[in-house]
Amino acid sequence: MRHIIAMLMENEPGSLSRVAGLFSARGYNIHSLCVAPTEDPTVSRLTLVTREKDEGIVEQITKQLNKLVDVIKVLDLTEGEHVERAIMLVKVRATGARREELKRLSDIFRGRILDVSSSTYTIEVTGVGEKLDAFIDALEPKSILEVVRSGALGIGRGTKSLRV
Amino acid sequence: MELTGAQILCRFLKDEGVEYVFGYPGGSVLFIYDELYKQDAVKHILVRHEQGATHMADGYARATGKPGVVLVTSGPGATNAVTGIATAYMDSIPMVVITGQVPTQAIGSDAFQEVDSVGITRPCVKHNFLVKDVKDLTQTLKKAFHVATSGRPGPVVVDIPKDVTALKADYVYPTAVEMRSYNPVTRGHGGQIKKALKLILGAKRPMVYSGGGVVLGESSAELTEVVQQLGYPITSTLMGLGAYPGADRQFLGMLGMHGTYEANMAMHGCDVLIAIGARFDDRVVGDVKKFCPKAKIIHIDIDPASISKVVKVHIPIVGGVKEVLEELLAALKTTEQQRDEDALAGWWQQIEEWRAKKCLSYANSSELIKPQAVLEALYKLTDGDAYVASDVGQHQMFAAQYYPFKEPRRWINSGGLGTMGFGLPAAMGVQFAYPDETVACITGDGSIMMCIQELATAKQYGLPVKILSLNNGYLGMVRQWQEFFYDKNYSQSYMETLPDFVKLAESFGHVGLRIDKAADVEGALKEALSRKDDLVFMDFITDPSENVYPMMEAGKGHNEMLLRELA
Ligand SMILES: Cc1ncc(C[n+]2csc(CCOP(=O)(O)OP(=O)(O)O)c2C)c(N)n1
Ligand SMILES: [Mg+2]
Repeated sequence: MRHIIAMLMENEPGSLSRVAGLFSARGYNIHSLCVAPTEDPTVSRLTLVTREKDEGIVEQITKQLNKLVDVIKVLDLTEGEHVERAIMLVKVRATGARREELKRLSDIFRGRILDVSSSTYTIEVTGVGEKLDAFIDALEPKSILEVVRSGALGIGRGTKSLRV
Repeated sequence: MELTGAQILCRFLKDEGVEYVFGYPGGSVLFIYDELYKQDAVKHILVRHEQGATHMADGYARATGKPGVVLVTSGPGATNAVTGIATAYMDSIPMVVITGQVPTQAIGSDAFQEVDSVGITRPCVKHNFLVKDVKDLTQTLKKAFHVATSGRPGPVVVDIPKDVTALKADYVYPTAVEMRSYNPVTRGHGGQIKKALKLILGAKRPMVYSGGGVVLGESSAELTEVVQQLGYPITSTLMGLGAYPGADRQFLGMLGMHGTYEANMAMHGCDVLIAIGARFDDRVVGDVKKFCPKAKIIHIDIDPASISKVVKVHIPIVGGVKEVLEELLAALKTTEQQRDEDALAGWWQQIEEWRAKKCLSYANSSELIKPQAVLEALYKLTDGDAYVASDVGQHQMFAAQYYPFKEPRRWINSGGLGTMGFGLPAAMGVQFAYPDETVACITGDGSIMMCIQELATAKQYGLPVKILSLNNGYLGMVRQWQEFFYDKNYSQSYMETLPDFVKLAESFGHVGLRIDKAADVEGALKEALSRKDDLVFMDFITDPSENVYPMMEAGKGHNEMLLRELA
């Protein structure tokens, strides 16, 4: 099953490599990883998505992450209600009549056109992974010039929050 | 007070109560060595190879429970230390390793003797630090000792660039340390302990499986009391030997790959397994699918990640082994629940039948020296009270089987990593801690060659270690596997050109004895033990064909052991 694991860690050089190293050393799968400092510059928040068939391994992953001395808190968001977002930027060939069509498609996905040239659009789409996949599927494959996607970010619903 | 980084380090080590630093100098640590020269509170032990320094510090830590401290230079100094760091990591030994580093502004430039020590050691340390600012040095050192010694212990590396050792900062010894990201649990969950007690007392065929965590957690007395109150059988892992008295009737011997028949059979047959400070290592468990098929499992461990990592357990209790056992004892005293005496009597009867197989008996010989006989003689002549440090191989297993330790911290061996070369320097580390005790090093003709240079260190500091080399002319453990599983193709396991160990010991200034007749074993040991001030290297020429039994092959269950066939 797919799990989104959120964690707070000391914002120190090498912290990220401890997480990455743990996954490679123990053979765990990382599908995506996002990390940036929080409102408190000494704390980084890291969100990672893993797909493991064995729930025992997911339990091990959270325990091993917790064991890292730099890690302050770990939460498997998938255990509760949560919202999730990823962002994608797509550069597409946009000429002639296709320009109008692409604009409409972008609107349907609540995308935004960030950059325009005489032959291209750069469109921003945010949402859950499936929505981003669906947008890609809706595009003419040959028209796609470049795709850049972030990993998922996640946050729990309601009043509870993951804080130091 | 303003001090240089090097001065801060020396002052800190003194204030932290560090007795010994095991190390080897080099360019990046010269400021530190200059300060060591000007003080005498901390004794520096000059080794002959950085691997030796780490194993010495490790042996010291295993015997005393205090953290071992190592100091090495950057680059090759640090890489030479890696084997010893990994050895300590696998066995959760508290150790602080200070590595020199090239100056901060040179980091990343492929400078002379630069390696990414923090990167190289990351997967084999509990934690590591690179100190970039001398103002952070004191706090970082304090954190390093705190992390190394608390929770599940382990080695911590502190990498210090050369300029940091020369720059100045204020120094005040920090008595406390705060780390918001690191707060190991010690008290076990009361509810879980209650549940466990109910299961324990209701058991019909109970079994206690204790491990190195009991030794590390200083809870041998609590373990012994709980087990004796319950009257249940107990086995131990290689790492836990001595935590429960080895000669007691309730002790069934070691379990696992070379465990006793009775211990392994009792594991297979038990209905409640109480795992204490053990981590279900593959050498203990064998085939996970065949592990304790009838048992409900209780697991007490300080490391949550150890729980249900290999084998799913029914009642996990996360906490310090000592704290949890204390609570369990208190609960035992007040409970009204009765044990199932009839079932227990039957269980013990079954265990005694297994024990009657005498799986450790061997055909002694009046000519060839049997390795087992050497260990039995050592046990007899030291009353079972020696510190025994071992290398890795058949001799290690014989030591574990034939020297039933009475107390914890007497058995010093590399269990998790299985590092050949560990024995001699580890024995020396123990001898530094306990200069007047008998410290024996059980080694083999292969292993001893891996850190043989430390004989020079032993001479320099007058360490009277007693080396018992069980010289079978083979990498015996490898030869055994080749005999059993690789069609007797003895590929590269025969040691063709062994040195004359007597002369070799003598050339380092020690006493060497060669013993090749069974009748001479006791005499030689007596002589060696009576030489209180000398390191004696006993080269026992042993039966080259001897194998370690019982043996549970990889992928087999505890009830599928190979036993020694006696003619
Ligand atoms: C550094 C290292 N290299 C290789 C091994 C693999 N190994 C395990 S036991 C062994 C043989 C040890 O030979 P010896 O020290 O003579 O002991 P014996 O088994 O003969 O008693 C070897 C090579 C190891 N454990 N450690
Ligand atoms: Mg040998």
